[in-house]
Amino acid sequence: MEFLPTQIDITKEPMEVGPTCHYVMGGVEVEPDTAAAVGVPGLFAAGEVAGGMHGSNRLGGNSLSDLLVFGRRAGMGAAEYVKSAKAVPVSDAAIKAAAERIQAPFTRSGGENSYSLHAELQEITHNLVGIIRTGAELKEAIEKIAEIRKRSANVSVAGGRKFNPGFHLAFDLDNMLLVAESTAKSAISREESRGGHTRDDFPQLDSKWRQVNHIASFDGKEVTVRKQPLPALPKELFDLFDVHELEKYMTADEIAKGGAR
Amino acid sequence: MARKLKMRIWRGDADTGALQDVTVEANEGEVVLDVIHRVQATQMGDLAVRWNCKAGKCGSCSMEINGKPRLACMTQVASYGDEETITVTPLRAFPVIKDLVTDVSFNYKKAMEIPSYEPPANLKPGEARMQQVDVERSQEFRKCIECFLCQNTCHVVRDHEENKKSFAGPRFFIRIAELDMHPLDILKNRKQKAQEEHGLGMCNITKCCTEVCPEHIRITDNAIIPMKERVVDVKYDPLRWLGTKIRKREGIV
Ligand SMILES: Cc1cc2nc3c(=O)[nH]c(=O)nc-3n(C[C@H](O)[C@H](O)[C@H](O)COP(=O)(O)OP(=O)(O)OC[C@H]3O[C@@H](n4cnc5c(N)ncnc54)[C@H](O)[C@@H]3O)c2cc1C
Ligand code: SF4
Ligand code: SF4
Ligand code: FES
Repeated sequence: MEFLPTQIDITKEPMEVGPTCHYVMGGVEVEPDTAAAVGVPGLFAAGEVAGGMHGSNRLGGNSLSDLLVFGRRAGMGAAEYVKSAKAVPVSDAAIKAAAERIQAPFTRSGGENSYSLHAELQEITHNLVGIIRTGAELKEAIEKIAEIRKRSANVSVAGGRKFNPGFHLAFDLDNMLLVAESTAKSAISREESRGGHTRDDFPQLDSKWRQVNHIASFDGKEVTVRKQPLPALPKELFDLFDVHELEKYMTADEIAKGGAR
Repeated sequence: MARKLKMRIWRGDADTGALQDVTVEANEGEVVLDVIHRVQATQMGDLAVRWNCKAGKCGSCSMEINGKPRLACMTQVASYGDEETITVTPLRAFPVIKDLVTDVSFNYKKAMEIPSYEPPANLKPGEARMQQVDVERSQEFRKCIECFLCQNTCHVVRDHEENKKSFAGPRFFIRIAELDMHPLDILKNRKQKAQEEHGLGMCNITKCCTEVCPEHIRITDNAIIPMKERVVDVKYDPLRWLGTKIRKREGIV
């Protein structure tokens, strides 16, 4: 069997395989009915960028159904919102500050290379925030991500603004750092293994953790993660399951309550 | 086993441009897109190149490699000789935006000119049914990743800007053929329209489009030629012509 275009015959030669990112389970916190982002009026998120839809591991094919259902809700939510929304006042100073922030990499010279920082960030998250992680690794990752964040303030790029991938990467880096830091900090807090998150130092599923979501926020300097209780499963859904199935995932307390009424 | 690879990369914009020589490290198993990315990361931070999947499925990284229209992510560095210089240039048939990136909006304009699938008005959501054989018939054309390599290669537009107005191009001939094969589509004159409005008649079946298609779609043999044959048949056979006006025929066989 030959794999084109690598031209490797896997019956004769070894083939290199490795894990790669398939899906991001976390994302923007939204109201489930309207897809409105919590805390940011006027922002709507649906699809992979929205968080919480698929719990700790998305099942195959469920992304497509998510997009269809929540894409529609987001559209309807946004249409409803604009009926009553007023234009958000934006100060000239804020516009100027945003423009300066984006322009800044052009005004520096001899600073950090955005591609190198990106590669280093990839290396850190791949090695330390991968599929199987430990508290010690995550701690190291959080420190290293903070270092990259510091250095990213000094990125300089060459060339002009037109189709300049090095320039795009300079501000994509901010968002990548945000995702990496949120993931690492949520993962270090969650002392159990569940779905796509395996803690080698806490290999068991723990029903108490099922009741908790991690919400990350950013103050411009670093990410803070807080725990937020998950709404209880409504009774009509609870009743659809064989109780012995639910016992694998829920605490004795939750089972005794029999779902939220 | 890294080696030094000599490359010539076209850099410029809509107005001017030139090939630039670079030497870059190439590792075993790498594709041309990998080495372009290495050039970008280490020597030319602002080098424009379009890409997305690195798996031959998004159709973004189309360019010309040693003069041949190809996907950079599916072209092995090892397929060129150790001493050979790899030259990369933007697609020739479309206007350059910057470096290796072209403006392919010609293709989107052509796509808009083709009437979309039209089911019978009384067909309700969830009621559409298709036989497996009908699904399979157009399956080949549905593999298209819209890399537009065929569009870039076709001599009708490659060297004749003036033909772009009246010629939809091979990618859209397979689109028309696919819709024409759809058993529920009610538009009856897709082939005639291909001939009269989308420039099917300008194609002289050189098969260059088929040769460059990374999805190995037999564009000329399975879409263009059968459509041309049917158009000719219908033109000269009044009874069949009448047939097309009365009910949708079964499509190309
Ligand atoms: C290899 C692979 C296989 C998969 N297979 C399946 C499967 O079989 N079944 C299934 O259900 N799911 C599958 N998934 C998951 C599913 O494909 C994705 O979750 C889904 O496509 C996400 O859709 P989306 O619209 O939310 O986001 P995306 O499709 O990622 O769309 C985001 C869009 O935003 C654009 N964008 C980004 N930044 C900016 C910006 N600054 N300005 C403007 N635009 C921007 C991007 O270009 C992109 O078009 C697979 C994923 C992968 C990686
Ligand atoms: S077969 Fe027709 S469409 Fe294809 S390259 Fe030749 S002339 Fe163009
Ligand atoms: S038909 Fe082939 S070459 Fe043409 S756009 Fe589709 S995949 Fe690309
Ligand atoms: S990067 Fe998607 S086809 Fe090459």
